[in-house]
Amino acid sequence: MPGTPQATQLAIIGGGPGGYAAAFLAADLGLQVTLIDQEPHPGGVCLYRGCIPSKALLHVAKVLADARQATNWGVTFAEPTIDVGKLRIWKEGVVRKLTGGLGDLCKRRGVTFVQGRAAFVDATTLIVQTTQGEEQHLTFAQAIVATGSRPTTLPHLTLDSPRLLDSTSALALSDIPQTLLVIGGGYIGLEMGSVYAALGTQVSVVEMTSGLLPGVDRDLVNLLAARLKQSLAAIMLNTTVVAMHAEPNGIRVTFEGSEVQEPQQVFDKVLVAVGRRPNVQGLGLENTRVEITPGGFITVDAQRRTTEPTIYAIGDVAGEPMLAHKASHEGRVAARAIAGHKVAFEPHAIPAVVFTDPEIAWCGLTETQAKQEERAIEVARFPWGASGRATTLDRNDGVTKLILDPSTSRILGVGIAGSGAGELIAEGVLAVEMASLASDLALSIHPHPTLSETLMEAAEVFFGQSTHVYRPQRRRSSAAPRVGLAALDGLEESG
Amino acid sequence: MATFEFVLPELGEGMEAGDVVQVLVSLGESITEEQPVLELETDKAVVEVPAPVSGTVKAIHVQAGDKAAVGQLLLTVETPAATAAAAQAPRTPPPATVSLPLPSEHGENRTATDTVVPRPPEPPAHTAPAPLVQSRTAASPAPEQPSELPHPAVPAAPSVRQLAREIGVDINQVQGSGAGGRISLEDVKRYARDLHARLARQPLRGALPSVALPDFTKWGAVERQPMSNVRRATAERMTQSWVTIPHVTQFDKADITDLEQLRQRYDAQRAQSARGKLTITAIVLKVVAAALKRFPQFNASVDMTTYEVIHKTYYHIGVAVDTDRGLLVPVIRHVDQKNILELSVELTQLAERARSRKTTLEEMQGGTFTITNLGGLGGTNFTPIINAPEVAILGLARSSLEPVYNDSTGQFTPRLMLPLALSYDHRLIDGANGVRFLRWVVEALQQPFLLALEG
Repeated sequence: MPGTPQATQLAIIGGGPGGYAAAFLAADLGLQVTLIDQEPHPGGVCLYRGCIPSKALLHVAKVLADARQATNWGVTFAEPTIDVGKLRIWKEGVVRKLTGGLGDLCKRRGVTFVQGRAAFVDATTLIVQTTQGEEQHLTFAQAIVATGSRPTTLPHLTLDSPRLLDSTSALALSDIPQTLLVIGGGYIGLEMGSVYAALGTQVSVVEMTSGLLPGVDRDLVNLLAARLKQSLAAIMLNTTVVAMHAEPNGIRVTFEGSEVQEPQQVFDKVLVAVGRRPNVQGLGLENTRVEITPGGFITVDAQRRTTEPTIYAIGDVAGEPMLAHKASHEGRVAARAIAGHKVAFEPHAIPAVVFTDPEIAWCGLTETQAKQEERAIEVARFPWGASGRATTLDRNDGVTKLILDPSTSRILGVGIAGSGAGELIAEGVLAVEMASLASDLALSIHPHPTLSETLMEAAEVFFGQSTHVYRPQRRRSSAAPRVGLAALDGLEESG
Repeated sequence: MATFEFVLPELGEGMEAGDVVQVLVSLGESITEEQPVLELETDKAVVEVPAPVSGTVKAIHVQAGDKAAVGQLLLTVETPAATAAAAQAPRTPPPATVSLPLPSEHGENRTATDTVVPRPPEPPAHTAPAPLVQSRTAASPAPEQPSELPHPAVPAAPSVRQLAREIGVDINQVQGSGAGGRISLEDVKRYARDLHARLARQPLRGALPSVALPDFTKWGAVERQPMSNVRRATAERMTQSWVTIPHVTQFDKADITDLEQLRQRYDAQRAQSARGKLTITAIVLKVVAAALKRFPQFNASVDMTTYEVIHKTYYHIGVAVDTDRGLLVPVIRHVDQKNILELSVELTQLAERARSRKTTLEEMQGGTFTITNLGGLGGTNFTPIINAPEVAILGLARSSLEPVYNDSTGQFTPRLMLPLALSYDHRLIDGANGVRFLRWVVEALQQPFLLALEG
């Protein structure tokens, strides 16, 4: 029997980057907040089983790769010894530190944190089952669903074997297998594949479509693919996995596709990373007027309010892209909307980063998208071969490009492949959100020697005037007048 | 052969959408250019939409009951290649018979909905209005957006977009002063200031007052129904007239005992053989046309932006017709140049056309004065609302036998009295002239011969 009903102003289901961001801001705005999550602390998949632990491991992978590359510079290290137990402890320490910190922030803000599961009884009531086994009703004025997503499973390839991994068990790092097959050439598969490859595993990647990272601009992906060809054992494109069988010494995998060399191979472990699905089941949403799209996402408006006026939804359950920073932003929008502010989720650019080596990052309009929508754009590319900083890092395998509106020279999107692209893209986001023109970037002094100069120089490439890229003919002598061009010309005269 | 995608053209200035009443063609049918393919109900009229090309109907994209907006795909027509190219190139809105749905002599006035959110006066470089089709696409949700990013994204920083949202300014309406059209905080503030200033200068135009409704369901079940286009147009136009025009209503009565005898005689003798019906309205039409000539103030419009009076040299009089769709006001042209018999025939046809939804938008435009006769239904009198931008309207109520004191005999005699109500625009017409006009009409009705003599 449920205990005494409790009441809260705002109930938030799910303590990931969306849920806790919403909870903290709502509390700061004076609302009484209850945050419900199954883990002992807020953090969600991102902190416990996603972004954070994977980045800790990818950092290790980067150090290992750099150490190997140091031979080129006359510094040779001995083959590294990897203590996987210690590595795991360090990774878990990172997670503990961050999630514990969030738990502390929760307390300080007066957010009631309930460890358990919650489901809707109706549009103003939840039934909460705590981890301690208690069950109680919680009435609320508003609720936010922030239940995130889970890895997609392949129904025809289910196998009850500890050798079959998903992103969660792969991150657990129980051991370092000799061989690993990654099913899915998306960002999760490539990131995890990179980690295991750096730790010494022979990693093969199989991808159904004709290229890695489907949907991402090819010029960016090609730079990554070139390096992955060296670090991975095999990249099988246009290939599907049709069968898997557990054998005493591994999983036997059957491939199908025009380019398949060996249709049957045995791997120590197999990681399925074919995408994620929103968590909308088991929440009692059927007891409310919340609507679900054919894609399985909760329908929301610009304030992230669902079709049930008391209920909001944010993050992975509320639609693509399924990214932590998008969820946090939505969480803050929803919290403000609930507090009565006039706000809307209206980003011009949501950055995406693939934390491989080299990294790939983009924001705003991509070339691929512009082509699909038949939008007129101009692209200004600055190859990192011309970057001094990239050369000092011995990492000229990079490119920075701007997607521009030809009539105004406004920056509509930015794409970067290269070491540290994930950090560089933030400036691109600011440029797009601020409706910057190419000249704004070109006229802003960037520190030398840094990779950030590649953004400035890409803008100069747009005007055919890049310092470090020589083009015999100015590309746009008779083009339509450009605001930025005139400004640059003026600068030259005065200089 | 080529394929021609026929989208709903702009059938009149300000016309944006309508309800599809009927699709007049079927799949595979051969159609010829100018053949009506669709019946569309817009504000106050059912319009036949003609085909812009000849060819074969390959696909029909709308059905009866759909709402169709300008630019919406209606039909796919397979055409001989040459004509398709020719037809596609100019894409002119076809019929000259259909234009602005609501009477409007000067572009400023438009419809009530147009003026609810006034656009800022655009700087000289941008005087050309944005093409309609483009603004449509901007407003409608982009069909295949992978995420909900606005497309095209307005060139304004997040802080600027937030300010606009907070103070209730549509950022898409703000003209950016920065490089590349970038909108600054100052631009948003200036837009808001201009908006306030403009509204203050024109406190009434388009400001349709709306009163917050209580939650009716507290007291019982309710049902919400959308207004029909006719209802909506009437609601908006009447409100606008009521709040912009200072109305005065002058009452009078006309002794139509003699006129009624004449009417009955000639209705039987002449009008019915001409397939008309000689009604009091037909006679009043003629009388009013004569009165308008005598009192040109009543055949005018007021331009408050330039403080001018616009006198019309034509006499087109609208007659309010009660239909099952609501109130329609078809206009009879050049009433002064037609005799009563002709008017009675035309009036009969016009009323029938209105009731069978055949009236075109054109037929309801260009009036200079309106007559509304509720006498058939009853009532002792009423205060009609002026059909702006006209400046006066004459209402007729039910005539009845009344005892009238006769000076010469010193006795009360039963006379048939017609109650009249003249509403006029006090911005232009003063009380004395209101009385003079109505007295003249009454005199004319009481002494029918005067009309032949003087009218």
